[in-house]
Amino acid sequence: MYRYDGFDREFVHARVAQFRQQVERRIKGSLTEEEFKPLRLMNGLYLQLHAYMLRVAIPYGTLQSRQMRQLAYIAERWDKGYGHFTTRQNIQFNWPRLKDVPDILDALADVEMHAIQTSGNCVRNVTADHFAGAADDEIADPRPTAELLRQWSTDHPEFAFLPRKFKIAVSGSPIDRAVTRAHDIGLRMIRNVVGEPGYEVCVGGGLGRTPMIGSVIRDFLPEADLLPYIESILQVYNAIGRRDNIYKARIKITVSEHGIEAFRESVEQRFRIQRETFAGEHQALLARIGAMFAAPVWIEAPTGAFDAALARDPVFRSFVDTNLHPHRNPDYAIVTISLKAHGATPGDATAEQMRVIAGLAERYGHDEIRISHEQNCILPHVHKRDVPAVHAALREAGLATANVGLASDIIACPGMDYCNLATARSIPIAQDIATRMKERGDERHIGDLKIKISGCINACGHHHVGHIGILGLDRAGVENYQITLGGDGTETAALGERAGPGFAADDVVPAVERLIDTYLELRSDDDEAFLATYRRVGMRPFKAALYPDTAAAAGR
Amino acid sequence: MGRGNCGILVRDTGFQDDDWRADFVRWSGEDGHCALPDGAALDVENTAPAEDIVPFFGRIALIRIAFPSHMDGRGFSLARHLRLLGYRGRLRAAGRILADQYAMARRSGFDEVEIDPALAERQPEEQWLFRADWRTHDYQERLGRRRYHGAHGAQD
Repeated sequence: MYRYDGFDREFVHARVAQFRQQVERRIKGSLTEEEFKPLRLMNGLYLQLHAYMLRVAIPYGTLQSRQMRQLAYIAERWDKGYGHFTTRQNIQFNWPRLKDVPDILDALADVEMHAIQTSGNCVRNVTADHFAGAADDEIADPRPTAELLRQWSTDHPEFAFLPRKFKIAVSGSPIDRAVTRAHDIGLRMIRNVVGEPGYEVCVGGGLGRTPMIGSVIRDFLPEADLLPYIESILQVYNAIGRRDNIYKARIKITVSEHGIEAFRESVEQRFRIQRETFAGEHQALLARIGAMFAAPVWIEAPTGAFDAALARDPVFRSFVDTNLHPHRNPDYAIVTISLKAHGATPGDATAEQMRVIAGLAERYGHDEIRISHEQNCILPHVHKRDVPAVHAALREAGLATANVGLASDIIACPGMDYCNLATARSIPIAQDIATRMKERGDERHIGDLKIKISGCINACGHHHVGHIGILGLDRAGVENYQITLGGDGTETAALGERAGPGFAADDVVPAVERLIDTYLELRSDDDEAFLATYRRVGMRPFKAALYPDTAAAAGR
Repeated sequence: MGRGNCGILVRDTGFQDDDWRADFVRWSGEDGHCALPDGAALDVENTAPAEDIVPFFGRIALIRIAFPSHMDGRGFSLARHLRLLGYRGRLRAAGRILADQYAMARRSGFDEVEIDPALAERQPEEQWLFRADWRTHDYQERLGRRRYHGAHGAQD
């Protein structure tokens, strides 16, 4: 775990003092609203539909129990007793008052947290694989890289007023759990032919209204060149990214308008100069950071209790089936705590639930918690002998929903219930689908299925990379939901294909059921997942199921 | 051509009157400046190609980069790029810059900021002095970055 030193601590407190002064100057009129806006945004403060919203960074999704408890405290003291975990490893508080925000930021700084650069046209919270340092398939822990990037990008003098926001994700495994190909910059940690560590660098990916899968700009970047190279990309983007049209301002448009070859050439030119401005200090810092992410001292103990519970308890068995992932230490497991109870708001956690999770992390999980972009919580290091006790405690707290990776484990943006950009509701759609899946009782039989819902074309719900994507739009004052199929956010990344005309809110659940039933009929066997079947048979049978009247008409 | 002395100059020590008395020459592409006099002051847009100005560095005493909006950060990168290409003369940011951006300007290689009297009235000197400690809490410094400044800035 990264621990702040005196420098980081002084920085976050100084930043709060600056923001406190900015709020006062805004109230006195010394700053106009237009001037204040980017300043509050780069401190995480949005103006939403009903109130201000504060977005707090959870750098690379890693938390300790004391930090989780502080989030619970903030939720109770200054908000309505809950928080909402987002698809970018942030937590949002939906009801803070402007005058309380500096105090909330101070409370965050006390536990080495902040809301810096969670919004605004700057480099945002750097995200990483939520199983970092734990997964059995990992090459290297991506968090030291993410922390180095956090420090480099924090208050970077050149990049606080970019053409548009800028998102970076890092994965240390060939299995991409960080959606790297849909980020402005996606980094995959790899080794070259002689075994030296480095990165494959992707640029220009993104979702939103013009979804694009990123292009490889460097297939191998040596580890020591990371910061000068990333800085060069940002410099070129800052200089030539479009500022005349907000919808064309993201780097994906810059890259596609100039072409990846020309863009790469400009970056390499800058890189030759930038490289000279970095002495070796950043590599020494990376080494110090890396040491802080050393694995915990593993417990050596028999795992008999786990095997016994597995044999005895079918409820435990189904939890293990879906919510556990193989750990690099075979005596351990990665335990995902679903924040997707059927019918609940995806990603919401009450203060009480946060405290339960904090307590479990402290007692059974080497004091580590992760937040995933899929809006769940994770205990990355649980010894198998302790999994039955963790499960029992989660059941008591209503947190033992065994649905990770299944149809009811839905990503949904806040939608029109909170967001002033939204054109439709997304939370109620997610709730309806999950409730229906529970009634059907066959989501285990259906297997791996990612449903992702966005309430507007900005695509915060990642619908473009959902196996089934749902996009809520406004059609002459009525909510209308378009369905895309075949999206994929992993190492085999693909954008979903639009199936056809949209559906009214009440017709979405039946439409999703028709897709699921079609898949169940078509799959070659129980092991062929929805996405694999879709890739094998294509859009046609699914389209016919979605629009039976049209299909019948075409058949006549 | 324009006069340089209508604005208020902000430095680490606070406000002062502009001490640059001579004219500014507007940059209009490399061809037009073969006859640039020694010690000239240049006005450039934030889109100016820094590489084209390099051959004239020896004759330029001051470059003033325009900030058309406080939302437009191109000037910061241009300043940094000019410094990296070897410009050591005076570098000034002028236009729509907030006190909150003073530290960014200094860290990007500017020596000073020029604002108009209306902005100076709304954002008085103490707000700029509040950010004059731009050398502290700087992650770039911690990463061991070399800073490049002109005659009026740090030489580290």
